[in-house]
Amino acid sequence: MVIAVASGKGGTGKTTVAVSLAVAAADQSSKPLLLDCDVEEPNSGLFLDIEYSSGRDTGVLVPEVDLNKCTYCGRCADVCVWNAIAVAGEKVLVFRDLCHGCGSCSLVCPEDAISEITHVTGRIEGGTDGSIDFARGVLNVGQAMPVPVITSLLDEYLPGSGNSTVIIDSSPGTSCPVVEAVSRSDYVILVTEPTPFGLHDLMAAVDVVVNQLHIPAGVIINRDGIGSNDVEKYCQTVNLPVLAKIPMDRRIAEMLSEGIPLLSGLPEYKSLFLEILAFVRKEVKQ
Amino acid sequence: MKQIVILSGKGGTGKTSLTAALAHEAADLHRLVLADADVDAANLEILLNPAKLDEFPFTGGYKASIDTDECTGCGRCFDVCRFSAVVPPNSSGKGWGINTIACEGCNSCVHQCPPEAITSARTIAGAWFVSESAYGALYHAEMNAGEENSGKLVTTVKNAAINKSREIPQSILLVDGPPGIGCPVIAACAGADLAVISTEPGVSAIHDLERILETVRHFGIAPAVCVNRSDINPGKTLEIEEFCEQKNIPVLGRIPYDPNVTRSMSRGLPVNAFDPSSPASTAISQIWRAINSLIVRGDH
Repeated sequence: MVIAVASGKGGTGKTTVAVSLAVAAADQSSKPLLLDCDVEEPNSGLFLDIEYSSGRDTGVLVPEVDLNKCTYCGRCADVCVWNAIAVAGEKVLVFRDLCHGCGSCSLVCPEDAISEITHVTGRIEGGTDGSIDFARGVLNVGQAMPVPVITSLLDEYLPGSGNSTVIIDSSPGTSCPVVEAVSRSDYVILVTEPTPFGLHDLMAAVDVVVNQLHIPAGVIINRDGIGSNDVEKYCQTVNLPVLAKIPMDRRIAEMLSEGIPLLSGLPEYKSLFLEILAFVRKEVKQ
Repeated sequence: MKQIVILSGKGGTGKTSLTAALAHEAADLHRLVLADADVDAANLEILLNPAKLDEFPFTGGYKASIDTDECTGCGRCFDVCRFSAVVPPNSSGKGWGINTIACEGCNSCVHQCPPEAITSARTIAGAWFVSESAYGALYHAEMNAGEENSGKLVTTVKNAAINKSREIPQSILLVDGPPGIGCPVIAACAGADLAVISTEPGVSAIHDLERILETVRHFGIAPAVCVNRSDINPGKTLEIEEFCEQKNIPVLGRIPYDPNVTRSMSRGLPVNAFDPSSPASTAISQIWRAINSLIVRGDH
């Protein structure tokens, strides 16, 4: 079972929820796997004592042109929709940061002059804290495209994981990195807060996850009590289950600021996350 | 024209609330233009209640489509697609198709299809708006769910806002940025005179602060930092301030946790318009003075 934790709005508590689900699952049966797919700002590892045992650079396959074979016909530049390769006179320029790694240029080259090499844009690494298997992707600073790092992370750790429960921590928002992070999951938990910003961004997230990707989803309302019940009303209207309400509690904010996981500081929350896991497991089976 | 972008790295540290309150603070003495560059979660509008003046479609990337009458079923498109966007026929008799959410718009399949059965077209991926708020023109956008190219939409919104502020002598352009460090952030901070980074005194926000500071440095933009909800962890707040001091990064001030920020959001107002004497409002007033002196002094 793969559960992704996402949100439209940032800072609603995705990482707190993802780590708590992993900690709760670790108590239950076989080791869970926690994948931090927020490669721009990977934070889940800060709340666990991870010993990393593997890691490698990853990135985008970019063209490398063999000038001995190249006839400067310009076909590669014609097909590149990102203007990542240009031919000027007897020069071929490759703009690696613009390249999406589609391979089209190398396929159309009539001289077979284009091979592909990895342009490193990030890193994926894995380890464990003893009870939770963990892996994360890290986008290098200055790089624009998180998606290839997320794809590598999921390709490497998801298929052969053998973990019966996999938790994915996604980045905020609703665009391509979120789609990549949640697409392979069986269920998405959307974390929000009961404010106008929280509601607005939850609606955008529901549009992506439920209406476009057709993945079943439920909502966790965090910092319950700070706003209104508009989020709950919305969930009722669109028939989304509210999995939990976590009250606004200054103690939680203070603990998390020190890097103490919710379930270590306030173990009374464990039963709540076990209930969420049980509910999601039942939903996924149906 | 001076351009100030509000960033954070970590989401939810108060970028939008701060942007709106800075607008309220600055509008007394300056002519402002505002841009909401967080097109995934465009919330500035909620606090500014602007009147929409104009709407423009945003054209995104290509999406491929297969003409099933021409398709011979050879599967070449499936073999060349690196984004798992080609959907093979299923048992219900539906032919080869494209998953448009997964389609990256590279057109590789278009060029490789032997019977030329695949075409592609740019699609409408969102809309952008020009609105009028109490503090000046607001440029904002809405991305259609699940779309790519949000960096390109940010650039579109920003360019329109920049053009507007160039028409206004001595104007200030305030840009509400997205979280993270990737393409929309890079697009949001392009050309800024100052990046105001809103952070929090916690391990996550501090980790992300270091990455966003590296990012703005990479692109040659001067940063300044303010610590939101500073009283949640005074020790970590001090840690952030000392870290910034060591790196010679101006610290603009502290904003204490203040429930009035959420209350004002529910009323659709910047916190200082809702309650000018609340703790957050007082702090933001000082932060604006610090920003102003940085900009006027011409260091940035």
